[in-house]
Order: sequence, then structure tokens, then C-alpha cells
Amino acid sequence: MRNNLIELKNCGVVRNQKWLVRGVSLKVSQGEIVTLIGPNGSGKSTTAKMCLNILKPDEGFNTIKNDIRISYVPQKISIDWSLPLRVIDFINLVIKHKNSEISDALNMTGIKHLIYEDVRNLSGGEFQRLLMARAIAKEPHFLVLDEPVQGVDYPGEIALYKTIQEFVKNINCGILLISHNLHVVMSQTDYVICLNGHVCCAGTPKTVIKDQEYIKLFGDSIDPTLAFYEHNHDHEHLPDGSINESKRV
Amino acid sequence: MFDDFIVRAFAAGIGLALITGPLGCFIVWRRLSYFGDTIAHSALLGVVIAYALNYNLIIAVFVVSCVLALSLLFLQRRTNLPDDALLGLLAHSVLAIGLVLLGILSFIRIDLMGLLFGDILSVNFTDLLFVWIGGGIVLIVLILIWRPLFAGTVNLELAKAEGLNPDLANAIFTLLIASVIAISIKIVGILLITGLLIIPAAASRNLSSSPIQMAILSSIIGVASVVLGIQTSMIWNTPTGPTILTITLGVFIATMLPLKKLLISKNKIKS
Repeated sequence: MRNNLIELKNCGVVRNQKWLVRGVSLKVSQGEIVTLIGPNGSGKSTTAKMCLNILKPDEGFNTIKNDIRISYVPQKISIDWSLPLRVIDFINLVIKHKNSEISDALNMTGIKHLIYEDVRNLSGGEFQRLLMARAIAKEPHFLVLDEPVQGVDYPGEIALYKTIQEFVKNINCGILLISHNLHVVMSQTDYVICLNGHVCCAGTPKTVIKDQEYIKLFGDSIDPTLAFYEHNHDHEHLPDGSINESKRV
Repeated sequence: MFDDFIVRAFAAGIGLALITGPLGCFIVWRRLSYFGDTIAHSALLGVVIAYALNYNLIIAVFVVSCVLALSLLFLQRRTNLPDDALLGLLAHSVLAIGLVLLGILSFIRIDLMGLLFGDILSVNFTDLLFVWIGGGIVLIVLILIWRPLFAGTVNLELAKAEGLNPDLANAIFTLLIASVIAISIKIVGILLITGLLIIPAAASRNLSSSPIQMAILSSIIGVASVVLGIQTSMIWNTPTGPTILTITLGVFIATMLPLKKLLISKNKIKS
């Protein structure tokens, strides 16, 4: 028996007489990555919010295990200009952390050098890393990532996903991941749920990718005419943009 | 020591400025400046009720402010109107009710100037107790709810998701504003309390880089303005409340000077 952290049973949310999403059942256990995919407006974020109890389901039940630490990386945050907020203040937003925990989390996400920077001076990608760092610093049992790599450049994206993966291994937390980028996500996911107002198909990545419903929504995932441009550097950049001399080839 | 009316004025003003500092920061952060105004408008109704029932002014104003604050929370949940429209609706209708009531109870004579601008020099010992004990309680409660309130200010959903209760903190915060306005009504009056809540916080924003720094600095600016304001008003024989606010405005303008930029660029060159 694995340890269920959260569970949705046949959940749905209705707003203005319209179902945003309906009939969703899912569970996330310790050490497991569950990925939600689906087109815009398919109810991915709504589903995530039910898992976090931000939204109460209008139908069905959501259960969250008692006394678990939860971290949430929302899709969008805008910080009001009237708020003076540094990176370190943002990390301490919900829980006050030790300095060592903060620098560890910032190191992992590669923004250690920005610790006293005002949050609004960060670029989109840096801010996304900050959201991740804050979520990691809490050492959560359950982590919800709503499009965590948006605005992050491609090498950064892969690095962030690696961080997520290492992190799951280290602290054995359950993750609910919402993502557009199927290729990067698929290989690391235990269970995929494909949403489009309802659950279209679900299963392990291998079964989902062959499912007719999935192909209808996303097309054949690997189009032979499209190849990725391989962007091989002979050097590696440190997070602040300087070149890592120790690893130079 | 509190026999002297000047000493009482200083004690009341300083006590009030200490509370309005951090509370004002939240008002600025949460874009509630019009909310303070709305509650202040409702104070007239509280004053009329207090006179009609011959009841304590501060408590009557507090009760009316609370009712207003709670009806705002209720309206926010039940309607799709934006907050500023709801606030306008409440502010002016409650003000109107206050005036109608004042017309019906024609035996009441209210010192309108005193109500609008307060009279810090006529503060008595009971008022002082309200300021320091009531204000102390407000500050302690604010510190207790700081984390959920602040997290909810930054992002409501994030705070909710991670197990805080920002809705409760918001409701408590609303009551805190109501109490501060009730406490302050006799000291600075309806029109000036919003200024005392917002201007020190705004001045402090110009100088601060972290939220706690802004809250503390805002109190300091408020206290300094009260001290300077009372002294200036005695020298020039000007109304005390408005003089205090004029001084805070002066501080605000001073904080806009590029003083900080000069300091920072010097530091950067050094390091």
C-alpha cells in the first residue's frame, strides 16, 4: 500500500452554469510524479486548485492527508509595486527558514546571487526559479507545479526539470505537475492524465502516448519532419551568466 | 505627568502614529486606501448614535465601523462589483444615513469641525487609555496575524494552498482598521485619519527594501511627524491635526529626493 497524499474522487467545478472541469479522479502518493496535460482552458489549473483545496469541488470529494507540508508553484504571480519584497522575503513568505536552507534552495535553482535582489527586478525566468526555490525550501510532502518552466530558456528548462527529479528522489515527495512540454515531462512521469474538460485518457506515459484520444488532442507527438536543433555549447554558463571555466572543454 | 494637556497630546499622537505605521503599510499594499476613507465616513453615524444613546463615542464608532467592514466582506462575496464601487456605495450611503439621523434627532448638536479634524489638545486621560491599551492590542494582534495576512497580500491562492488562513487574517485586519479609526476619531478626526494611515507608509515605501523595514520606518516617520507637528502648531498657532499631516507630507516629499540613489551609487563604487 502506497501512501496517498491527496485524492480527488469524481470532482468537478462549476462557474456561471458552466463546468470548468468535471469527473476528475486522481491520486498522488509519496515519491510519485503525476502529470496533467491538456490544451488551454481544459481545466488543468482548476484541477490543481482542487488538489490544494483552494477551490472546493462542486461535485465529488477532495481529500488531503492531514499534517502534510504543501508547496505550490502557481502559474502566475504579479507582485504589487507598493510592496518592497526581496528574494529572501519571498522565500520566507509562508514559513521562516534557516539561512542554510534558503541558500541551499537558491543554489539548487541557480539564483543564489540574487538573494537580496528586489523581486520585481528579476526576469521572468529568474522569477520562475525563485518560485521553485521557495517551494523546495519548504521540503514539502506534496508539491504542485503549475507550468513551472514557463519563461525559462531551453537549457534552463532541462536543468530545472533535473532539479525537480533530484528533489523527488532526495525527499520522496509527491508531485502534481502541469505542463505543456510533453517530451521533457513524459520520461520522468509515473502517471499522465490528459484533460480536456474531463479526463480524456490516463495511464503511464507509454500507454497515454498511444491512446487515440491523446493523438486527437495533440497529434502524433513526434512529427518526423520536425527535428530539434541541437545546440551544443563548448562551455557552460553559471547562473549569473559568466562562463564556468572549470568545465570548459 | 499627564495633567498637562500638551503631554497628553504628545502621548496620544505618538501612540496613534505607532499603530498607524504598520497598519497603513498593509492598507497601501492591499490598495485599501479608499477603504480607510469609507470606514472613516461611517464614523459620523457612530458619533450620532453615541450622542443619541449617550454612549461612549469610541465604542459606538467602533461598532458601526465593524458592521460596515463586515458588510463589505459580505458584499465582496455576494456581488461581482469591483471593490471601489462597493466602497463608494457603502461610504456615501452610510454618510447619508448618518446625516438623516442627525436631522431626525434635532436635539443633538455636534461639533462638526472637531469631528472632521479632531482636537488632539482636548484629549483626556480616558482617551489616552484607549489609545495605548487599545492600540497595544491592535499591534499585538497585527503581529500575530502578520504571516497569513502578508502571505495573502502577496498571493491569496498561494497562502491558502500552503495551509495558512488568509481569509480569517483579512477579516481580523478589517476589524483592526475599524478599531484604529474609532480610537483616532477624537485625536485627528475623520478626514485626517486616512492621511495618517497612508502618507507615512507611502513615505516609508520610498526608503525601504523589505516589508518589515517599511512597517517600522512608517511608524518612525509617523511619530516624528506628530512630535514636530504638535510643536509647530503651538509656535504658529495652527490647527494641530492638519499641521501633523502637513509635516508628514513634507517627509514624503523629502523621501522622493534622490538621496538614496546617491548613497547607493556611492556604496556600489566602494564595493
